[in-house]
Amino acid sequence: MSETKLDHRFGPYGGQYVPETLMPALAELEAAWLSARVDDDFQAELGRLLRDYAGRPTPLYLAERLSAAAGRTIYLKREDLIHTGAHKINNALGQALLAVRMGKRRIIAETGAGQHGVASATACALLELECVVYMGAEDIRRQAPNVQRMELLGATVVAVEAGARTLKEAVSEAIRDWVTNVADSHYIIGSAVGPAPYPAIVRDLQRCIGDEARAQILEREGRLPQRVIACVGGGSNAIGAFTAFVGDDDVELIGVEAAGEGIDSGRHGAPLTAGGRPGVLHGSLSALLQDDEGQIAEAHSISAGLDYPGSGPEHAWLRDSGRATYVAVTDDEALAAFERTAQLEGIIPALEPAHAIHYALHVPSDSDLDLICLSGRGDKDLAEVLKLLGR
Amino acid sequence: MMNGAERIAAAFSGRKGRAALMPYLMGGFPDIETSLGIGNAYVEGGADLIELGVPFSDPLADGPVIQSAGSAALAAGATLDLVLGVAGELSARLPIVLMCYSNAILARGTDRFVDEIAAAGVSGLIVPDLPLEEAPATSKSCAAAGVAFVGLAAPTSTDQRLAAIGAATQGFLYTVAVAGTTGERGDDSDYGEVIARVRSHTSAPVALGFGISTPEQASAAAGAGADGVIIGSRLVREAAEADQPPAACKTLVEQFARALR
Repeated sequence: MSETKLDHRFGPYGGQYVPETLMPALAELEAAWLSARVDDDFQAELGRLLRDYAGRPTPLYLAERLSAAAGRTIYLKREDLIHTGAHKINNALGQALLAVRMGKRRIIAETGAGQHGVASATACALLELECVVYMGAEDIRRQAPNVQRMELLGATVVAVEAGARTLKEAVSEAIRDWVTNVADSHYIIGSAVGPAPYPAIVRDLQRCIGDEARAQILEREGRLPQRVIACVGGGSNAIGAFTAFVGDDDVELIGVEAAGEGIDSGRHGAPLTAGGRPGVLHGSLSALLQDDEGQIAEAHSISAGLDYPGSGPEHAWLRDSGRATYVAVTDDEALAAFERTAQLEGIIPALEPAHAIHYALHVPSDSDLDLICLSGRGDKDLAEVLKLLGR
Repeated sequence: MMNGAERIAAAFSGRKGRAALMPYLMGGFPDIETSLGIGNAYVEGGADLIELGVPFSDPLADGPVIQSAGSAALAAGATLDLVLGVAGELSARLPIVLMCYSNAILARGTDRFVDEIAAAGVSGLIVPDLPLEEAPATSKSCAAAGVAFVGLAAPTSTDQRLAAIGAATQGFLYTVAVAGTTGERGDDSDYGEVIARVRSHTSAPVALGFGISTPEQASAAAGAGADGVIIGSRLVREAAEADQPPAACKTLVEQFARALR
């Protein structure tokens, strides 16, 4: 790894569509990551935290009853078992260590489902950093347990009241905070989105998911999976799961977006599936939900983590280049898979990966070996799901 | 007939030693007709140029006042074409510099967008989320259409970046006074350092914006050597709060104009 520059573009996608005020900070961040990722001491410290503190490697679990239901072998990569309950901690620990290395003691984060906010608040508590988390007011309502966790961890949670009051607005407000406090603050973006070099950094920090899973499934099955399936909001767990397999031409990569109330309803969070003209949101060019004037549309999903009108630029390129396929699963389908997984496996998945599980269970395929990234656990969703199920 | 860059240059050079006053107008806020009325009030109040904002759903560089005005304008039915209608009326009276986020430009198609704003009489274009590295296509279209592509400099910009931005800018250099988003700021204003630093890297007029919200601050900016002063959120707030936005904004612009004499 001797590159002097991280990926800024993925095909035509990506870039740095941000105010000039942030450009020097993005250059500083890129230089810091290029140096940190080849620094043995940094990597040893990150490796130690991921192993001893967070619980990596996570297990690869043969889900026998889900397999029986699907008629093919299904393995789950158990990111739900990691500290704080989702893959977000991989990125948050890495970027928080990077902030320390850059001498920045104040952390800004945004959160949708609350998992990235909790992961950031956790890393900040551990490393003695100040933490401010922006969260849409609607998400604060539907993910209340995570708000309480962040506050217990010492973070300040700021409610964002603009627009649909979900993840898009939270990211915008986090970027505005960063523009204002860039001298002493680092923005830990939670997904594989944002201006370069963020999508590349988040991918580097999340690729442990796929690297581990690839070795684990080779050990267990003696072969690679036919499909790797992961849910996609911004797309960090998916890019983390896919990256190790991108060079394995026979492994199909499938990203599952939120179809919400159905793609045709217009109320969904599936820009990669729905197609259309790419656009600029939150600093990068990618697949995007927008109107003819370029105004960003509101996304909709039952799952706060997928309720986002944009998508990571590398996913848009994986789609266009034909390397990965993107599909979408509705709110009702995800709810059904949430319940089914709990009953068949004794695992309560987050609503986000429940989308991926539904796809594997119900969409016919010739595959006989699937690997699904179970990106997080569903405790945070319980109250909302029970309400929706009328219980 | 002068092209956009020449018209802007004339507006700066014609001010006879005082700083040019560039009030910001949110196109379509509170509605299209009233925004045109406010623009005309800016002209009558003593503006030298007008910065005309195209409302956008997710304006990353803007603070709460301009954000909510943009949302309100969109809710009231503002579109790019309607805002360009306002530009067309106002450009007969003063040079218009359009402020537009990059996705609205991409949505129309860059070349077509630039041709249409040129046809509406717009003299210059500011894109707050299009730094130098991403700007070549837009800048080239603007050059071909005679529209000044106005660069932005920030207090955080390195000397190397300032040199490149200062060399590339057309019309004037939009200088961001403080790290942050648009919005009124009450702090004591020491603009001398940022202006001196930027001026050493450009031959274009230096216009200062972001946070200048009182006539005293405007006067301080001019005293510190700014060739132009941009007033945004204070005026947009007036448009939001006043019973008669055009009359109230005219009074306010007159106060800023007096402070710059």
